[in-house]
Formats: sequence, C-alpha cells, structure tokens
Amino acid sequence: MSALVAAQAPAARSSSGFRLAMLLPGALVTFLLILFALGLVLFLAFRGNDGSLLGVGLTIENFVTVATDPLYWTVTLRSLVIAGLVTLATVATAYPVAYYLAFHAGRRRGLLLFLVTLPFWTSYLLRVFAWKIVLAYNGVLNSALIESGIWSEPTLAFLNTPAAVVVTLAHAYAPFAILPIYVALDTIPKSLLEAASDLGARPFTAFRRVVLPNSMPGVLAAALVVFVPTVGDYVTPAMVGGPASTMIGTLIQSQFGKANDWPFGAALSVCVMLVILVVVLVARGADRRFGSRT
Amino acid sequence: MKAERAGTKRDGRWLGLYVLAYLVFLYLPVLLIPLFSFNDSIQAAFPLQGFTSQWYATLYGNPALSGALLNSLVIGAIAASGATLCGITVSYMDLYGRSPLAATISAIARLPILIPGVIVGISLLILINLIGLGPSRVAIVLGHILVALPTTVVVMRSRFAAIPRTVREAALDLGASDWTTFRRVMLPLSLPAVLSAFMLAFLISFDEFIVVFFLAGTEPTLPLYIWSQLRFPRSLPTVMALGTVILATSFIIAGTAEILRHRGLGAARRDPA
Repeated sequence: MSALVAAQAPAARSSSGFRLAMLLPGALVTFLLILFALGLVLFLAFRGNDGSLLGVGLTIENFVTVATDPLYWTVTLRSLVIAGLVTLATVATAYPVAYYLAFHAGRRRGLLLFLVTLPFWTSYLLRVFAWKIVLAYNGVLNSALIESGIWSEPTLAFLNTPAAVVVTLAHAYAPFAILPIYVALDTIPKSLLEAASDLGARPFTAFRRVVLPNSMPGVLAAALVVFVPTVGDYVTPAMVGGPASTMIGTLIQSQFGKANDWPFGAALSVCVMLVILVVVLVARGADRRFGSRT
Repeated sequence: MKAERAGTKRDGRWLGLYVLAYLVFLYLPVLLIPLFSFNDSIQAAFPLQGFTSQWYATLYGNPALSGALLNSLVIGAIAASGATLCGITVSYMDLYGRSPLAATISAIARLPILIPGVIVGISLLILINLIGLGPSRVAIVLGHILVALPTTVVVMRSRFAAIPRTVREAALDLGASDWTTFRRVMLPLSLPAVLSAFMLAFLISFDEFIVVFFLAGTEPTLPLYIWSQLRFPRSLPTVMALGTVILATSFIIAGTAEILRHRGLGAARRDPA
C-alpha cells in the first residue's frame, strides 16, 4: 500500500511542460501520419476520379466496381490463397525452430536467436532478388540441375509462377514467425510440463495437450505478422510472379501509378484493410478460445 | 530440466538437425548474391566461371549510384533520429505518463505492423500531396519514421520496463524534476538501447523499398536505384556486387545493435533474457 502511495506522489508533480514535450513527437506522428493519412484513404475511397488529388463528389461506385468485376474477386482470392499458404508454410516450419530454441537450445540459444532474426534486418528487395537469380531460366537452380545431370534442359517452370511467389514470400518473411512463437513457448511454466510428465502423459500427449494449446497465442501472432505484409505485397509478384500471380497490392500500386485512379486504389486499400480486420478478429476470437495469457 | 528424459534428448538432436537445415534455407539464397558477385560471368549460373572483382570496380565512379547512396545515408540518419526520438518519448510516456492519451499514442504507434506497406505508402502519398510537399526526400523521411516506429517503440519500451521502478522513484523522491529524472537517470541507463533502436531504425530506412517507392521524387534511394537497374540484364553482376556490400553492412550494423541491446542492463539489473 505504501508503495502505491509513493508511486502516485511523483505523478502529481508532473510538470505540464514536460508532458507536452514528451507527448508531442509521438502525437504528431501517430495522429497526423497514421490516423489522418488512413482517414484520407477512407475519404478518397468514396470519391469519384476526376484527376484531381482528392477526387470529386460522394459515391460508392468504386466499391460497386470492386464487388461486381470478377477480376477483383479473382485477384483478391489469389492474394488470400497465396498469403494463406505463405502463412501456413512459415508458421509450420518456424514452430519446430521456436520449440528447439525454447526447450533444447541451452547455451546456444542467444546465438541461434540472433541467427534466425538477422535476415529480418537485411534488405527485403535483395532477399527477393536472390530468388530471382535462383529461379531464372538461365539461373542458379536450372544450371545446378543440369550441371549435376538431373535435367538435360533448363525449364521455365520455376520463375513467373504463383509457386515462386509463395516460396519467395515464405523465405522473405520466415524470420517474422519464429520470435512470437518462441516467446509464447518460453513463457510456458516448466512446472506444467513436469506435471504432465509426472501424471503419466507421454511426450507427444504432453505436447498436444499442454504445449501446443499454450503456445497458440504466439502462433496466432506469428500468423498475423506474416499474413499482413504478404497479402498486400506487390514487389515479389512483380519480381518472380509473372502475370499469373498479380496480387491485390499490385493492383493498388498500379492505381497510384500507371492506371492513375487514386480513388479506386483507395477503395481497394479499404477492402484490403477490411479483409485484414476480419482476419485479426478471427485470430482474436481463436486467441480467446485458447485462453490468451497476454 | 528434471522433465527432460532420454526420449526428449533424442528429439532434441533431430530438432537440432532441423534447425540447421532451416538456417541453411534461410541463408543459402541470400549468400548466393556474394558468391556470384565474384563470378566472372554476366549470368548467375553454375558452373562458376572464375574469380573476379571487376563488378566491384564498376561500383566506383558511378554518379547515379553514389548519389543514391548519399541519399539513403542522409535519409536513414534523419529518419532514424526521428523514429528513435518518437520511440523514446512514446514508450516512456506509455510506461510512466499515466494518461490514456499516452497509452493510445503508444498503441497507434505499433499499428503500422497491421497495415500492409503498400497502404502505408499510398496513404502517405495522398497526405504529402495534400500538404503540398509532394514526393521528396522529406516525404521519404516521414514515411521511414513511420515504418521504423514500431521497432523503436518496442526496443525502448522493453528497455525502460527493465529498469526497476524504484530507480525512477528514488530520483523523484530526492527532488529531481521529471525532466531531470528523464535526462539524468532514465536516458543514461537506457543509452545502449537508444543506440540499438537508432541503428535498427537506420537499417529499416536504408533497406526499405515498399513505401519509398511511392514517396520518392527525382532523387532515388539505394533500393530504388537497385530496382531501376534490375530491368537491365547486363547490370545484374553490378547489382550483386552492390547487394553484397549492402548485406555485409546490414549484418555488421544489426550485429552491433543486438550486442548493444543486451549491454549495460547490469547497471540497472541483470539481463532478464
């Protein structure tokens, strides 16, 4: 109780000048650059395109086009499938790594954690570019297969396919998935595992009934941080995807470039944000079902 | 460790092999860039055609490249300063400000994680045109402050949280003002994390492509320069040489930032990790 009083006393002395100076930079960035800018996108989505910056009139025509033109359904569905596959692949492959880090790594834990997060800090563009030279017709994979006598002729089957997009994105966003899962696994009380083992649970049962449910918040967080950037990606489809892998991010980008229909691009962006909102809510719901500890 | 049985030890070995394979998958494609940057051929293909450093020589005396590099360095330094300043103030006020406003700002500051880069890019494009700035270096700086903000907030927040509350309370009880407590006690105790946040923010800005694509005017940054060169097959080796230099720099800066992030915590308390 006395600690509580002591903690509250200094707050009363807070000078308003100090508070203002400390709140100002964050307030400017968050309210102007994030909220106001997103508000502009929402506003623009309900405007018609007349070539001017903020468009004209008040209309839902953009959304009608998105909803009625099958092209946008196809591309949105493709984006969801690709991002879903990437999320599934990254989370499934990252889980054992996170598990090892949490329970088996021992003294190598710090080094391994550093090694798996290091690629996160390298250029995304270069990581995608690396896959372009791997998958190209006269690229690394083809030449290596021919050199080793497995194939006699280079194949076009690698580059410019949706599969190339999935592999490249899964590789580019792999480091995102490990950390949240690792944190979730690491915070499971060791006593829970001992209790499961003492009560006669075999290792697999203990994993299925104790470890996996307890790590679900981390898995969901990992899925979210992989899904969000991949569903809106336009660089990877452009580099390794070819025309058959156009994603929703590509369409948004072209509306603000070649197509030059900003209001329509804004409407597409709003739709993507709505999709993400639904995914976040579903993840939240699932998180609650697993009894989040966060 | 009592729970570890012989079975789990064996599982650990298999898992260890898996982790090794995973690391190979993670690093192999990236390491092909340095490998082929020394290859004496315009194609990135096996067999290797012999060692050369000629592609690195093409990096010198290229005014477009050095201009882009300078641009990236200046923008990275300014954006990292801005993002670090915001990260420090936002997380400090979130932890000690006791105001709903500070908590809200902190929550919104971490929001960009849930927005695809392309939407961050176009929303800022609309904003900078509205305020009459237009695509420019200033616009890129604003964009990169935004992109780096979640990272600086998370780094600074975990650092401030690792300093025992009693340290700050002692300073306040001894009559230090809020400002003095922040400047003379809390900031020096978290200096390594400040440097770490700055370096990571710099790296994010230096490597960022998705947002900068929308905000750049006539002066490209390094990633935009690379993107423009990718159209020309002949410049592939030069891009790989440049990519190697960038990768090496990124590894060094990220490594230093990682060391700094964990250093000096002993001054306040033992490293919780």
